[in-house]
Amino acid sequence: MSFILSILIFFPLIAGMLGFIVDKGSARVYGISIAAIEFLLSLWLWMNFDANSAAIQFIEFMPIVKDFGINYYVGVDGISLFLVVMTTLMTLIGMVSMTIKNEIKNMVVTILFLEMTMVGVFLALDAIVFYFFWELSLVPMLYIIGAWGGPLRVYASIKFFLYTFSGSLIMLVGMLFVAYKFHEITGVWSFAITDWYALKFDLNYQFWLFLAFFVGFAIKVPMFPFHTWLPYAHGQAPTIGSVILAAVLLKMGTYGFVRFSLPMFPDASVMMILPIAIISIIMIIYTAMVAYAQEDMKQVIAYSSVSHMGIIMLGIFAMNSQGISGSIFQMLSHGIVSGALFMLVGVIYDRTHTKIMSNFGGLATIMPKYALVFGIMLMASVGLPLTIGFVGEFLVLIGFYKVSPVLTILAGTSIIVGAIYMLALYKKSFFGAITNEENKKLKDLDSREIVSFIPLVAIVIWLGVYPKPVLTPIDNSVQAMLSFMKEKAITPEAKNMIVATQTAKEAK
Amino acid sequence: MVTPIQVTVQELNLPLLAPMLIAIAGGLGILVIDLFKSNLDKSLYVMLSMIILFADLLAVAGITPNRGFFDLMLVDGVSIVSQFLVIVASMLFIPLALTSKRFHEFSYPEFFALFLFMVAGFQFMVSTDNLILIFVGIETASLALYTLIAMHNRSNSFEAAIKYFTMGALAAGFYAMGSAVIYATTGSIELWQIKEALSISSSTGSMVLAVTGGAVLLLVAFAFKLSLFPFHTWAPDVYEGASAPLAGYMSIVPKVAAFAVALRIFNIYIDLGVESVRTIILVLAVVTMTLANMMALVQEDVKRMLAYSSISHAGFVMAALALGTTKGNAGVFIYYALFMFTNLGAFTMLWISRHKKLMYSDRYDHPYEKFAGLIKIMPMGAVVMALFMLSLAGVPPFSVFWGKLFIMSAAVDAGYIKLAIIMGLNSAIAAYYYLKLVVYMFLKEPVFNTDTIYYNISKPLMVIVGIALVATVTSVFFFDVLLTYIYALVSASGF
Repeated sequence: MSFILSILIFFPLIAGMLGFIVDKGSARVYGISIAAIEFLLSLWLWMNFDANSAAIQFIEFMPIVKDFGINYYVGVDGISLFLVVMTTLMTLIGMVSMTIKNEIKNMVVTILFLEMTMVGVFLALDAIVFYFFWELSLVPMLYIIGAWGGPLRVYASIKFFLYTFSGSLIMLVGMLFVAYKFHEITGVWSFAITDWYALKFDLNYQFWLFLAFFVGFAIKVPMFPFHTWLPYAHGQAPTIGSVILAAVLLKMGTYGFVRFSLPMFPDASVMMILPIAIISIIMIIYTAMVAYAQEDMKQVIAYSSVSHMGIIMLGIFAMNSQGISGSIFQMLSHGIVSGALFMLVGVIYDRTHTKIMSNFGGLATIMPKYALVFGIMLMASVGLPLTIGFVGEFLVLIGFYKVSPVLTILAGTSIIVGAIYMLALYKKSFFGAITNEENKKLKDLDSREIVSFIPLVAIVIWLGVYPKPVLTPIDNSVQAMLSFMKEKAITPEAKNMIVATQTAKEAK
Repeated sequence: MVTPIQVTVQELNLPLLAPMLIAIAGGLGILVIDLFKSNLDKSLYVMLSMIILFADLLAVAGITPNRGFFDLMLVDGVSIVSQFLVIVASMLFIPLALTSKRFHEFSYPEFFALFLFMVAGFQFMVSTDNLILIFVGIETASLALYTLIAMHNRSNSFEAAIKYFTMGALAAGFYAMGSAVIYATTGSIELWQIKEALSISSSTGSMVLAVTGGAVLLLVAFAFKLSLFPFHTWAPDVYEGASAPLAGYMSIVPKVAAFAVALRIFNIYIDLGVESVRTIILVLAVVTMTLANMMALVQEDVKRMLAYSSISHAGFVMAALALGTTKGNAGVFIYYALFMFTNLGAFTMLWISRHKKLMYSDRYDHPYEKFAGLIKIMPMGAVVMALFMLSLAGVPPFSVFWGKLFIMSAAVDAGYIKLAIIMGLNSAIAAYYYLKLVVYMFLKEPVFNTDTIYYNISKPLMVIVGIALVATVTSVFFFDVLLTYIYALVSASGF
């Protein structure tokens, strides 16, 4: 299985194309089988991944445009490994929990195409291949939101597309400039990220290139003030669209920062710590307040996503291994928890066709199992100890404490405000008297829903109690990256700021 | 007493002329056949034209770059590349005559004869560095093209032909004036001699105005031909009036030929460091791509939208010309080689859906509403059209993306970062109107209650769409070859 990465990337594509032949009635089962095979393949990758090595593994290399240095170059390290596994897992569970009835075949095929692009983004080590999957991922998402979404779906889907597309074209100019500089220095064209790591830019170049990449990634994350597309996209998207958007697509932005911005422009990254920290804290506090003001359950979770992405951004720019490893762990945990929350909102929406909290009340007595799962996910989202949400958030805050205690305390309020809006949501919907008579007839989770939630609950608790199997490989790769950055940094401030020695394990 | 000139056949280097001669002889042959037996079916003429074009292609492939024919002809790498593009696009165009519905113009053999003369005209245009022969080539091709448009036999086709003709005549005037100024300042009409003369004289103060003035007049002429702002106003109406395949053809072939000539002429100025010319070209290019994009946003008809989008693409490519680097110059042809398949494919899809009468709107053949909900009516057609639109928008891995990537990279290499950013933002704006069609096809409910909008479909048309689609989708695999080949030819010609 030396081509495991290519299989992981292109299997969903081929299966998706074959899916056109499958009969409408059987399309859902087909999709679930393919997603399950893909998930098993990614587990196989994890099992065979050498967790003690920080290096990039399973490398595949094939020239595409030789004269121009564009190669099909993929590989996996501790940073990308779990994002891939999370992607395949969430696709599988999203597919299992999917309740869409109309045009189901198109939906299954679209999700499989989307899965290809998502896995491709995390595995690509060539900037153009990365860009290729990055842009291609917009198309299936556009279709999912636009075809199965709510009343404003067309507006939401186009807004989503244009926002991200414009940002990434600026990023493309940045990539072309890096490639040009590489050509100028070495005389060869190369778009391989690992080649680019070796380039040392002076501060001015670093700053502008950092900005070019920042525009592309920040819109995707989405960072304040570029976040306005996200509530629309979430508000209008069908459940499966929201699940994948929140769980995976947003992570592409933060992954981009770790993969490109930090190792390529260490000095500029250190220079930008303060502005980014301030934006992140605005994201954390401001969007949390906005979340509290929402009446629509889904919007609460959409804004809470932005708030949590703020924590992730903060951790990435802590420039030490706790912060970055914590961030990557938080990416996984947010992927699973927010995905699960969107699925839970989908469950109630399917039954009542409303997401407005005031229509509910006392759901806990009618749907106890549902309330239990919702409660667990909610606690994980808030960051209760012994859930998956705690580990990442705690590491990020520890990491950033070394940079700035004051900002960390501000960021720490996220746990408090998060608890406020989440518990308010829970109180309004699940406790109190049953305000709406019709709700009394609601059915609790059925077996299909239980099957899709059990693995997520298990992961939330397992990784909350014992995160080591995931954290160790991440930490190895992050350490390697940090020591590389420290060596590469040219300004003394950057050399001081980047901490490569202490490990996350010691901190625990 | 004039001394007689001794010329051997060898020196004439006739193989250089062979491609054009094949096209002209073929056109005459078609006319002769009509003399003997009239009322022959269009399929005969289509196949004859295909064979002639194929022979033409082989003749071009057999050429080794050289000068010839009293030094009038200059067949270098640029010429060969553009001839290839012209002929391949023509071969994609001609089978589109084989529609299932009968359209007036294709029943005349004159259509095919004129078409072949036009191809020969374009080939002459790109195979010389003599300003007069360029002019002859331009006019041969243009006059044939005006007639081809008018033959579509609709009131707005006549309007289009007349509009194009008057604008073309104006451009020809500017071209003649520009050439005259250049002749006055340099004493030559051969571009290589002009370059030598300019390199000596352009630095002297008094010459600057004359040199720039000549360049500006020529630039105006080419801006008409390339439909650059503010000389683009004819384009949308002409595209609308012409039949869809001819509109698609016009967005590729005349522009490739005009770009080849523009490259020969303006590269002189850019090489000599006449910054004013470079600045004018850059400004024209940026304004063209931006304004055409804005205009395309508000169109209600898909064909007019594609017309504006072609203008915008031409502006994009024009910017590459201003860079003055081999990469930029090669980018012009690489871009068109990739753009050709996608754009012709998109116009062919319109052609397939063409009805003889105006069915869907009082004014337009192809309003957006016509394609509403196409995914429910004709899923394959919707998917194919969507792929063309995504390619035009520059979504990887489809063909136009590689062209955009290459030209943006050329701009970055030449130090024009801001230009590259403007190109990027323009691509983002353009994405909106391409997506608009995709949205109509995939996300809206059908407006008209029909079970097909593909009245005009036939096997040959499907084959052409298939070729265009395969080239668009698999460009990632042949971009490497294309790049190496075109780059080598363009750099060997000294650009």
